[in-house]
Amino acid sequence: MKFRRFRAIARKEFIHIFRDPLSLGMAVAIPMLLLVLFGYALTLDVDNVGMIVWDQDETPTSRNFISRFGGSRYFNIRGYAQNYRDVVRALDTRNAMSALVIPRGFEGQIGAEQPASVQLFFDGTDANTATLALGYAEAVASEFSIEVLTRQLKMVDGRHMVLPLDVRPRVWFNAELESKNFIVPGLIAIIMMIISALLTSLTIAREWERGTMEQLISTPVKSSELILGKLLPYFAVGMFDVLLAVLMGEFLFNVPLRGSVVLLFIMAGIFIPGVLALGMLVSILTKSQLMASQMAMVLTFVPAMLLSGFVFPISNMPKVIQFVTYLIPARYYVAIQKGIYLKGIGLRYLAGDAILLVAFGMVIIFLAIIKFKKTLN
Amino acid sequence: MTAESVKNGKAVVVHNLERRFDGFVAVNRISFEVSAGEVFGFLGPNGAGKSTTIRMLCGILAPSGGQGTVAGLDIWTQAERIKYHIGYMSQKFSLYADLTVEENINFYSGIYRIEPSRKQERKEWVIEMAGLKEHRHSLTGTLSGGWKQRLALGCAILHEPPILFLDEPTSGVDPISRRRFWNLIYELSGKGVTVFVTTHYMDEAEYCDRIGLIYRGELIACSTPETLKKEYMPETVLDMQCDRPQEAMDLIEKLPAVREVALFGKGLHIVTEHSDEATAAIRSRLGAEGYHIEHIDVIVPSLEDVFVSLIETHDRMEKPLEEVKR
Repeated sequence: MKFRRFRAIARKEFIHIFRDPLSLGMAVAIPMLLLVLFGYALTLDVDNVGMIVWDQDETPTSRNFISRFGGSRYFNIRGYAQNYRDVVRALDTRNAMSALVIPRGFEGQIGAEQPASVQLFFDGTDANTATLALGYAEAVASEFSIEVLTRQLKMVDGRHMVLPLDVRPRVWFNAELESKNFIVPGLIAIIMMIISALLTSLTIAREWERGTMEQLISTPVKSSELILGKLLPYFAVGMFDVLLAVLMGEFLFNVPLRGSVVLLFIMAGIFIPGVLALGMLVSILTKSQLMASQMAMVLTFVPAMLLSGFVFPISNMPKVIQFVTYLIPARYYVAIQKGIYLKGIGLRYLAGDAILLVAFGMVIIFLAIIKFKKTLN
Repeated sequence: MTAESVKNGKAVVVHNLERRFDGFVAVNRISFEVSAGEVFGFLGPNGAGKSTTIRMLCGILAPSGGQGTVAGLDIWTQAERIKYHIGYMSQKFSLYADLTVEENINFYSGIYRIEPSRKQERKEWVIEMAGLKEHRHSLTGTLSGGWKQRLALGCAILHEPPILFLDEPTSGVDPISRRRFWNLIYELSGKGVTVFVTTHYMDEAEYCDRIGLIYRGELIACSTPETLKKEYMPETVLDMQCDRPQEAMDLIEKLPAVREVALFGKGLHIVTEHSDEATAAIRSRLGAEGYHIEHIDVIVPSLEDVFVSLIETHDRMEKPLEEVKR
């Protein structure tokens, strides 16, 4: 490993990047585009669930009950039905995702202190939303019941009813339970994984395809000088992308950054080299730009999206899949990102993940170096 | 560096060198030596195995069999050390098209770890040699063929290697640039650099101190151009000028003493084993048909004649073998 050769490679690679508007554009535009697309599209918040109502009772009490739904931010009354056909059609055409049917005699039953029944429908094609909406609906209904109960008790013996349990939930780290607050930090991790591997997947293959590699391998250049020399400029590009992403998180998505900014960049700095080397390894093994870029996409995108714990909690996965996630570097980086952004925790808690990232990076860089051969065929 | 390369005075020694690709034999057990300071031409048609040989010698392609040394270093075990002692110019232009002339030179000067004190001097030397003074800041991709090729040569000899491998350096380059390139090769050779050059241009082969003829992976002759012409050509070549040469050719072909006839310029080249007998036969046959013969002379065969003759002899010997195989 000689510094002068390493420097010559790094310098040349910088020139390539800055002189090729396509690769530079790709390096900067793709992460921004992905962040905007996913950041806005990938919201897991459930509110404004469309609801169609068939009020057969048409009394002040039934209207009061309906207004509880209309008044909450989780439901949005889309219209009123006069029969079951209307209800079914609204659910079929996705005009509404839920339906509320209040039978005749609702007010009467409540006035007579008898349990009144109401019917709720949910569109289960989107199970996640349906589950959440169901929870909200139950909360609305039980709140209404308690209110009716207290009023009735007060009327009977004039005393104020006290509930035996007073639950005061408080959500930590993301008090508003806003999904963008945990999606954006994870998303930055996913995007950096994809873009880093994609960037370097072209470099070695391009030299083979253009014939410049044949000249280069006839010189005393070492594999390590070539790999590390090529990594450096892309590392700079990658860190620049992280900076862009963090700025977008701050000013575009208003995601609170509770932890240390310096630590955030240090962690990016230990994550990126390994993924860059992964792209390079693919490039070395395929020797074709097209193949390499496609492979890099598949190798990073799918596992990073599905197995990193970014959207789907790892603890809910089958044991075998959970084991596989340990091999995905994005898993550690997503945890680190969420930790720094939302919990504001420091190196004391993140050291384990950080060490694994460093180990992953060193293994992949080492593999790339030994897999690169200075011979044709 | 030079101490090793002039050991025994041999820059390249190859014995039974072989390379196979999936059952196809690209280089078939060839043996030859190249002395230090020589301009050695490797001559052969496309696909004969020239590039494969040169790549094995440069340490960028593993041989399938045989032995070889370059600069006294073994091509099997010391390939990486060989790379310190050689300059290589591949057949395809292989500098970076999106880098300027200067940037390409700077890159290779870093790769070869030229001393900082000599860096500038070497760079200026290459730019001067390649005639690229006005183009030092031009992107290499925009240069014409002759410039590209001289720049590639310059980058391959930045570190002043004692042995230089050039793989068809002049293919696709205009005649003036070709001549200029050969002047550079002579200049390097004058400084003691061993030059191993492949080509399929016959005239270029004449410029070499020694040439090896390679055909279908086999080295069919290896000597100086003069020796090749004298010794490897058992037949004599007659140069004949007459009227209606095309029609005369048909007549001459049928004569038993004549091996081969070919149009050559305005006249004919006739290959024969017995020149006197053939001359007499041609004179009487053409005379009877009323042709006017200007002259028939025995000439020194060109390398092209030698090469064609050697290939034909080779093919004649191969054919029965092939039939047996079937």
